[in-house]
Amino acid sequence: MSLMPLFFYLFSVLALASAVLVIVAKNPVHSVMFLIFAFFNAAGLFILLGAEFLAMVLVIVYVGAVAVLFLFVVMMLDVDFAELKSGFVKNAPVGLLVGGIVLAELALLFLAQDLGVSGQSVEAVADGIAAATAPVLPGEGLTGGAPVAGEVLTNTEALGRILYTKYAFFFEVAGLVLLVAMIGAIVLTLRHKDGVRRQSIAEQVARDPKTSLEVIKVAPGGAVIPTGDDAP
Amino acid sequence: MFEGPQSFAPIIPEIILAIGAMVLLMYGAFRAPSENLGRDVGWFAILLFALTLGYLVLQPASSSFLFHDAFVVDRFARFMKVLVLVGASVALLLSFDYFARAKLMWFEIPVLMVLAVVGMMVMISSNDLITLYVGLELQSLALYVLAAIRRNDLRSSEAGLKYFVLGALSSGMLLYGMSMIYGFAGATGFQKIATAASAGDAGANIGLIIGLVFLLVGLAFKISAVPFHMWTPDVYEGAPTPVTAFFAGAPKVAAMALLVRVLVQAFPGNVSEWQQIIVFLSIMSMLIGAFAAIGQTNIKRLMAYSSIGHIGFALVGLASGSNDGLEAVVIYLAIYMVMTLGAFACILAMRRKDGMVESIDQLAGLSQSNLSMAFLFAMLLFSMAGIPPLAGFFAKFYVFAAAVKAELYPLAVIGVIASVVAAFYYLRIIKVMFFDEASEPFQPAEPYVRFVMWAAGVFVLAYVVVPAPLIDAASAAVRSLRFAPTP
Repeated sequence: MSLMPLFFYLFSVLALASAVLVIVAKNPVHSVMFLIFAFFNAAGLFILLGAEFLAMVLVIVYVGAVAVLFLFVVMMLDVDFAELKSGFVKNAPVGLLVGGIVLAELALLFLAQDLGVSGQSVEAVADGIAAATAPVLPGEGLTGGAPVAGEVLTNTEALGRILYTKYAFFFEVAGLVLLVAMIGAIVLTLRHKDGVRRQSIAEQVARDPKTSLEVIKVAPGGAVIPTGDDAP
Repeated sequence: MFEGPQSFAPIIPEIILAIGAMVLLMYGAFRAPSENLGRDVGWFAILLFALTLGYLVLQPASSSFLFHDAFVVDRFARFMKVLVLVGASVALLLSFDYFARAKLMWFEIPVLMVLAVVGMMVMISSNDLITLYVGLELQSLALYVLAAIRRNDLRSSEAGLKYFVLGALSSGMLLYGMSMIYGFAGATGFQKIATAASAGDAGANIGLIIGLVFLLVGLAFKISAVPFHMWTPDVYEGAPTPVTAFFAGAPKVAAMALLVRVLVQAFPGNVSEWQQIIVFLSIMSMLIGAFAAIGQTNIKRLMAYSSIGHIGFALVGLASGSNDGLEAVVIYLAIYMVMTLGAFACILAMRRKDGMVESIDQLAGLSQSNLSMAFLFAMLLFSMAGIPPLAGFFAKFYVFAAAVKAELYPLAVIGVIASVVAAFYYLRIIKVMFFDEASEPFQPAEPYVRFVMWAAGVFVLAYVVVPAPLIDAASAAVRSLRFAPTP
């Protein structure tokens, strides 16, 4: 257990450092890379907290989708980042003010806890959450996967048990929503053009060395004259 | 069928449509593209709607709760789903020739409509905040795409984008309200929220009411009640006309049904709180719907304001909070949908050799070139204005009667004034059609368009003779809404 604080500080420091680097990096692509690194460290922090599902979602959604989207935007759009950053010094006081307020609020929160103002200690709240979430698991109905007393469930398992039983209907309709989103994106943007070279997987799979390779005996000092598709 | 603690029988309509949409998508994607592909898929979609409708009508009358009370199927839900299915089928039927002429009859259009209908049906059946949200998003997302489906047309893209951005904003409001409600009630199920709202102390109740206000803002966006109506005229004008016909019918009905269910089932003990909000929304919608429409020259924009006004009238019934009022809302929605679809069929028939026309002036002298269309359109407009023997009169009559019974006299008086003002612009169109100098005649309307026009006309005229089926169904639907489940 003594390793936990070590990892905590490791992930925190790296997350903070890469967060700072996101905004100071000159090259926007590097910024996005640091952002991804910050996400990974935050995921590490989640794992330390025992929230492995959140960690996975963070990596899959933020790194896998959002950060890649940022990369696309950064690389494809011609944004003048130097100009964007020119107001940095002018706007810095506002940013510092907002940051200061957030810091003060956090400090107040901790102070209030020490003074017992909130009425509940952190441990009590955590126990309350644990007690509230434990009996949610549906034992009845479709799966029969009732939790055995004393069985320790991971977050993922607990979510899975409830998502595919009690909330199966919402899950299915959400799937339909995604289907509509996909159809919509394709209908509104796909344009059939003539002369576009499309990938034909069947054709690619059907290729074999016999039809695609040609062995040519080259006489010493001779030249290879290209034939067929490769002809210039 | 399904053995086990719960049977999936009540949710089979949604399952049919969802699987059907996926099958149609695969069929469309893997079949060789051809001229008729979109139309074939469209007919299959109408067949799916018909199948679902048949199943819904034949289901037993009891209420059932599924998925840990997240999904409810009662007579109210079934009635509203039938309305939605009819609205979607008719809009799809109207779209065939329009999109074929615009070379836009993609198979994705019917598929998206089917998925939107699934979303609406989930909304109507929602008995839990999460169901409400996923249904609403499924529906809205499909509608955003449909609004922008003429992607090379600037106005259509603008309509889609505007609808999307404002819709996302309203979803944000809705979610914020839902998080407040969940935080203060400790549950997402409507019945549990109702228990918490009636049992909670005053402090918790304030949190719930704030949540309710945000929830209402989000839903008011979807039914385009003033002051959350800004998107409506632009989206109605920019979207392709059959898509607008779809927007004006089914989604409004679904969102109203959702609003009714949330207020009546999740907040039955807070009538005095939500009544004020609904009264305000209702008065504003009626007035803006009436006055802003006067200056419009584009018939689709005019229909947008007209639909804003109609939602205001329907809200009058909801504001009364009584069973009579809710019954009036249900009947109003049914009649509104038929009138709107009929009117849009007429708008789709406004076609010259060089394309569609949307200006009201173009209707000049229609009575001389095409008397039957002019007559039908005039009748539908008279009905919308609320002229006595037609269905629209009864729709308005029921909501005002409910308001008077609930002693909401100012609301009823303002409603009558607004409907008189609204009558002016409906009558103006009729005057243009019958008394102005004739302009070039329209191309003959397609058979489906003509069929919808006539069907709507017959309904509007026949309602006075046989009102009983609709009234009976509506009152049964509302009674099922008041039934408190025992979870």
